[in-house]
Amino acid sequence: MVSASNWLLLAPTGAFVVAALLLFVVDSISPEDASGTVLSAIATAGSVVAMALSGVLLLAGVAEGGVELFDGQLVVDGMSLLFTFIFGSVTALVAVASADYLKGLPHKSEYYLLALLAATGMALMASANSLAVVFIALELSSLPSYALVAYLKQNRGSVEAGLKYFLIGALSSSILVYGISLVYAATGSLLLPDVASAAGEAANTYPGVLGVGILMVLAGVAFKTASVPFHFWAPDAYEGAPAPVAAFLSSASKAAGFVVAFRVFTVAFPIADVATSVDWVLAFQVLAVVTMTVGNFAAATQENVKRMLAYSSIGHAGYVLIGLAALGGAGSADAGSTVLGAGMLHLLVYGFMNTGAFLFIALAEYWDVGRTFEDYNGLATQAPLACVAMTVFLFSLAGLPVGGGFISKYYLFAGAVGAGVWWLALVGAVNSALSLFYYSRVVKAMWIEDPAEGAVEIESYPTALYAAVLAAAVVTVVLLPGLVVFDNAAFDAAAALL
Amino acid sequence: MLVEALIAICLVGALAVWLVPNRFAHKAAFAVSLLPVVVSLYMYAVFDGSGNALLGGDIAFETFAEWLTLGVYSVNYHMGLDGISLPLVVLSTVLTSLAILSAWTPVDTRQSQFYGLMLFMEAALIGVFAALDFLLWFVFWEAVLVPMYFLIGVWGGPRRKYAAIKFFVYTNIASLLMFVGFFALVFGLGDAVTSTGLPEIAQALRAGQLGGLGIVGPDMLALLAFLAMFIGFAVKVPIVPFHTWLPDAHVEAPTPASVMLAGVLLKMGTYALLRFNFTMLPEVAATLAVPIAAIAVLSVIYGALLALAQQDLKRIVAYSSVSSMGYVILGLVAYTVYGVGGATFQMVAHGLISGLLFMTVGVFYNATHTRMVGDMAGLADRMPVTAGVFVAGAFAYMGLPLMAGFAAELFIFIGAFQSTVLTAAPVFTAIAMFGIVIVAGYLLWAMQRSLFGPYRLETDYELGRAPVHDIVPIVTLVLLIVALGTAPDIFFGMIEEATIDVVDFGGDL
Repeated sequence: MVSASNWLLLAPTGAFVVAALLLFVVDSISPEDASGTVLSAIATAGSVVAMALSGVLLLAGVAEGGVELFDGQLVVDGMSLLFTFIFGSVTALVAVASADYLKGLPHKSEYYLLALLAATGMALMASANSLAVVFIALELSSLPSYALVAYLKQNRGSVEAGLKYFLIGALSSSILVYGISLVYAATGSLLLPDVASAAGEAANTYPGVLGVGILMVLAGVAFKTASVPFHFWAPDAYEGAPAPVAAFLSSASKAAGFVVAFRVFTVAFPIADVATSVDWVLAFQVLAVVTMTVGNFAAATQENVKRMLAYSSIGHAGYVLIGLAALGGAGSADAGSTVLGAGMLHLLVYGFMNTGAFLFIALAEYWDVGRTFEDYNGLATQAPLACVAMTVFLFSLAGLPVGGGFISKYYLFAGAVGAGVWWLALVGAVNSALSLFYYSRVVKAMWIEDPAEGAVEIESYPTALYAAVLAAAVVTVVLLPGLVVFDNAAFDAAAALL
Repeated sequence: MLVEALIAICLVGALAVWLVPNRFAHKAAFAVSLLPVVVSLYMYAVFDGSGNALLGGDIAFETFAEWLTLGVYSVNYHMGLDGISLPLVVLSTVLTSLAILSAWTPVDTRQSQFYGLMLFMEAALIGVFAALDFLLWFVFWEAVLVPMYFLIGVWGGPRRKYAAIKFFVYTNIASLLMFVGFFALVFGLGDAVTSTGLPEIAQALRAGQLGGLGIVGPDMLALLAFLAMFIGFAVKVPIVPFHTWLPDAHVEAPTPASVMLAGVLLKMGTYALLRFNFTMLPEVAATLAVPIAAIAVLSVIYGALLALAQQDLKRIVAYSSVSSMGYVILGLVAYTVYGVGGATFQMVAHGLISGLLFMTVGVFYNATHTRMVGDMAGLADRMPVTAGVFVAGAFAYMGLPLMAGFAAELFIFIGAFQSTVLTAAPVFTAIAMFGIVIVAGYLLWAMQRSLFGPYRLETDYELGRAPVHDIVPIVTLVLLIVALGTAPDIFFGMIEEATIDVVDFGGDL
């Protein structure tokens, strides 16, 4: 039953759209002299509203059980609200931080506009209940992202990264859409619940068609989440992109990929029904182990801090994949919802700590500090507060109990053990320990090493960027005791899917 | 709420000191650090706990609040003190204050950050000794590492970077191993526990509710978990052969950090061994008594021999910790009231004594700018008070009667000698007692070379009496050591009450 109030559930997504349109209006009225601050404020306000609305709706339990809209093409439930909250928070942080980063650059309103449209696409991905909507939403979020990566168009690295991202993205989209067509051929439907009801029979009648289709959908999702072996674009794109854009992509865009994976695989392809044609849980197990291991080992060998963070974000994709890889194991449905919910919670914390870390890189780029570990030597003597924040991000990413990253990793690994795949938890824990090595290199450079000869003198402290970094750090720390606010919502959202 | 107040004072104080300009940081930090001392002494005065917090005793200053739930396991904010943890909390607060006072001369850069970290570490240490839930405890346990990493890495000696990384990597891997071991137990208990609360788990384990995990049977699981936790904590203690990070960390750390490292951080390891291994899995500990006692005795003798071979006064003191911690392990494995109680008492006593020696070495170094025993001689002429204090500290270390070390070691030896759990207990005790001879040997030898004889140090520095701010903390420590030595009941009464339950584990072994 669709009532008027149900449409209000789309208000968080609407907030992104309204803010984007508002930017469009402002830009049309005064194309060149619109101040960066105003544009940033509009974008921030829109994302904060999206974040607040989704947070309130989520915690109020309004959409418990899921509300279908547009004849079931969209569904708003706990998971979509939780992820919209993540997108809102990341976009808000990035929008605040960009105000300083974009100083002196042209086309500011387009930048914010593209970011908000990408966020809209992500919010739609979180609500997509049909493979067609999945594809459209994914393109809506991807196309602005390509442009954002190439935003610094005088910079060869940025343009090259944008091109690379675009080419691989286009290829992955075509793989995904081909996979969707195969699934449609086998099941005769694009609506996720209808696919599920036809999947059991299809798995027996057309095991090959369905199996290949599912695997191709998986490949499309793996691209969006930067999972090995579809991760090659990520380090280059993140390195070349403006740092706030890298923050946006590695946190929000990745979360968007995961929300699609969570919903499509649990709702449309119930493992019990499709196991005869393709065992996607096994595929995700392989993907998880390979992704976290490759990501962490590659991160450990980097000399460039931004690339290190890019590879470490691949490693984190591997941890979150545990959420799917531990499904259908020996444990009960309860164990499955625990580990899936843990994946969501990790993405929530990750949204703050990883965005914060990339925004710190933005700060370093703003100061022309340089890109390697050595360039960060002695930075703490000049910017102690920002370095404290960065230390919090890095240690929290590594899973030390200074921030929410510890709790969310505990949830993930303990959930995996509870679901009977203890070896995944073990691989994750070992990887986590390894990650401490390269994260602490940055910490060591900032605090312990002496500044090199001729190191940059920091003269100005960009207020907005600083504020965004500190806000992210405070939330990261607060999430250590405070993640409990969200845990029931996440576990319930996961339970509703299974 | 007093425990929370203690932690809050330290954290707020840390932040405040961090924001204070460098030149005021020292006084501000010292003033702030006196508050926790007062609060902890007040807690000592009104302490009304009895028994062991993990084994159903009355917990003093208890706070309980729900935190997280994961599946069937709830994680709660559960804090409280018993007779084992209160002395260590008092030790932490007192030693932090004295260490901050002693930092006047050695710390001359980025003071506000230094003192902020010291206070932050104090908060984490109090948390370690007060937390009664595993995950909460682990948060504090790891939180201690971070400030110590910076204290060594930023303010340390020439090889500080190497030492800081080594310390960080060693102790972190150890933490991970211990974490895995502990959770193996939790999962092995199955439906018997529904939380990660240490009392619940300890009691369930003692009640023999441990089941298997997959293909691993209950006995094997207990053994493996015991070993994982034992090795994890042994690195922190440190016990031979996991001690190699210690001399590097100690020698490179600035004096106040060395004081905290030897005085309190090493006790985290022995405290955790007592709380986890020896309280939760007494049967396994009893089965492994002989190898553990052998490692303990090896630590005593080997640590002492290593100390004997050192030229650097600070290294001598650092290695001597290895042998002192060996005594603690011997006391624990004896499983007698005097053994376990003496071990706990030794944690406090060694905290004071090693803190004293490190501070004194720091004072010598500030004055002479060398720590090489071969370069010094006749310091007693020029710095009589400091030299006298060093002699007092050394005597306390050797276990001279009426000093804290004597009381502690006497308890441990009596306890170890009476042990029924440990096969050939008298033999192990006798070998360990021989360690005292070596300890006395290297300390007397070191003092002979550095303090006495004609003065011959060639240095540009004017060598005179140490300033008051260096003398006050070391003299205070001497007084505390004598107080604990003459009246061990200041702490031993409450320790004994809390350890009786640990030793009494029903059933036969």
